[in-house]
Amino acid sequence: MTRTLTAGLASTVKYVSLVVASLVMILPIVLIVMGSFKTNQEFLSTGPFTAPESWTNVSNYVTAFTRGGMARGFVNTVLIFTVAIAGTILIGAATAYALDRFRFVGRRGVLNLFLLATLVPGVTTQVATFQIINWLGLYDSQAALILLFMGTDIISIYIFLQFVRSIPRSLDEAATIDGAGHLRIFFRIILPNLKPAIATVVIIKGIGIYNEFFLPFLYITDPEKRPISTALFAFKGPFGSQWEVISAGVVITIVPILVLFLFLQRFIYNGFTSGATK
Amino acid sequence: MTTAETGVRRPTTAAAPTGRAPGTSSPGGAAGPRWRRRIVPYLFLLVPVALLVLLTYVPVVNMFWYSFTDWDGLDKTKNLVGFENYTEVFTDPENLHVFYVSLYYFVASFVQMVIALYFATILSFRIRFKNLWKGILFFPYLINGVAIGLIFLNFLRPEGGLDTVLMSLGLESLVQQWTGDPDIANATLASVSVWRYMGLNFVMFLGAIQSISSEIYEAAEIDGASRWHEFRYIILPSIRPIVGLSLILAISGSLSVFEIPKVMTDGGNGTETFVMRTVWMAFNRNMVGLASAMAVVLLVVVLIVTWVQRKVLPDDEVDLT
Repeated sequence: MTRTLTAGLASTVKYVSLVVASLVMILPIVLIVMGSFKTNQEFLSTGPFTAPESWTNVSNYVTAFTRGGMARGFVNTVLIFTVAIAGTILIGAATAYALDRFRFVGRRGVLNLFLLATLVPGVTTQVATFQIINWLGLYDSQAALILLFMGTDIISIYIFLQFVRSIPRSLDEAATIDGAGHLRIFFRIILPNLKPAIATVVIIKGIGIYNEFFLPFLYITDPEKRPISTALFAFKGPFGSQWEVISAGVVITIVPILVLFLFLQRFIYNGFTSGATK
Repeated sequence: MTTAETGVRRPTTAAAPTGRAPGTSSPGGAAGPRWRRRIVPYLFLLVPVALLVLLTYVPVVNMFWYSFTDWDGLDKTKNLVGFENYTEVFTDPENLHVFYVSLYYFVASFVQMVIALYFATILSFRIRFKNLWKGILFFPYLINGVAIGLIFLNFLRPEGGLDTVLMSLGLESLVQQWTGDPDIANATLASVSVWRYMGLNFVMFLGAIQSISSEIYEAAEIDGASRWHEFRYIILPSIRPIVGLSLILAISGSLSVFEIPKVMTDGGNGTETFVMRTVWMAFNRNMVGLASAMAVVLLVVVLIVTWVQRKVLPDDEVDLT
């Protein structure tokens, strides 16, 4: 009897805690969505929980998109993402291929070099990295971001290394007998077989690049070159007192990631667990 | 750079249109197959290792060097000043304050891990709407940091969402200047950080818990173990490595907080963090030497903590060969 009672209580506690946590997670977002449909007058005069008078008032969105430079932000983000991700995949796969399929002098050393680098948090070295980017003449260019995204991504190299190990060597050997060179093996056998790893890296890295704020904040000053996060940050200036426009900008930033999440939920979870544990 | 066919087999054909393709840089024509086989891995590693060295190791070395100079970031000459920068890091109260601020985030990350562990545990057993809860708890992690800062500026502004909730619950006395009062601003910002990152911990813990074989639970249930016993003796020990990893991430994370305080207070009301101060010092006040010394301190702290963590909670996760 008491056993069912405590079980019932435990179950209630479980669900109540989930509902409370969900409210805490959702409420701040709901309020900003409501705010984004209000007029300036309305925003100032109504409470945060009052629904907007018209859910079809998209003028804030239009302002955010055009005057706020969100449209350009998206284009820039996509551009940076595409190049950086292609580079990351080639670099990660090449590293994994060389380290897994060959035994050569210095292999251990290279492995350790990559391992040791994981201990260095990117933010600590940024003051010094900045000088290198400057020296390369890349300050205030999207190439700086692309180079940094490609060059410091140890996690994806790990993921590729795990996966290359699972590709049977007999595939390579068969190809060699058919007269394939190493480049051909790399592009025709290794890369296609890395698809699951590539998907994981695209997801994790994609979200990372989309959300990255520190690097563009540091390296890009030209408003024309801004990716989405610094474009949104810039709203604090001209729209400082127009919370309804800022709200629209926030919602515009969230929607793509929400859509992506709803479609790729399972892969995103798996990506993060495989990216985090190994 | 994808002319795969010609690149390697004939060292003399520099046919690949771009210079980067491995294999095209072979000097001299008459290389035997064994020689070529030997050079191949190096060619594949050329770009990755070059980038690694250029963007990680050279900066680390330079940073140590700059930290002993008075360099302003522009001058051709850098004068050695010995440990002067380090003395300043540890004696200027404003510099020390940023360490104090990171304590808030460090404590918050424990709170975050406890919450994450709780939800990961209850959601790893049978429960209704599992995927819905999972999605809601994880999604904030995917939101852009700037957007999160702005969401909470809106939520926490006077007469904003939180204040309205508190008033309707009859808790007017709890209403505060959430980001404006120096006494609580850091706690507020650290809570926002918990809101943001809890989902990642949660999903990592959940993944680890779900990889425990169900037979172990069954055996435990036959032995009459309660849920608490299952948690204490099965779940907790088997997710130890991931808890250890989260601890390292928590420490380096709490020292490298940037986005949320940058967006929400811009470092005002005593919320300036380590990264904000280093960046400000290096790029606004042109004190690259001093900023580098601070970065070195941060790096050393992270390394020590990682080392201690490895000693205290040894695990075999780092297996690269």
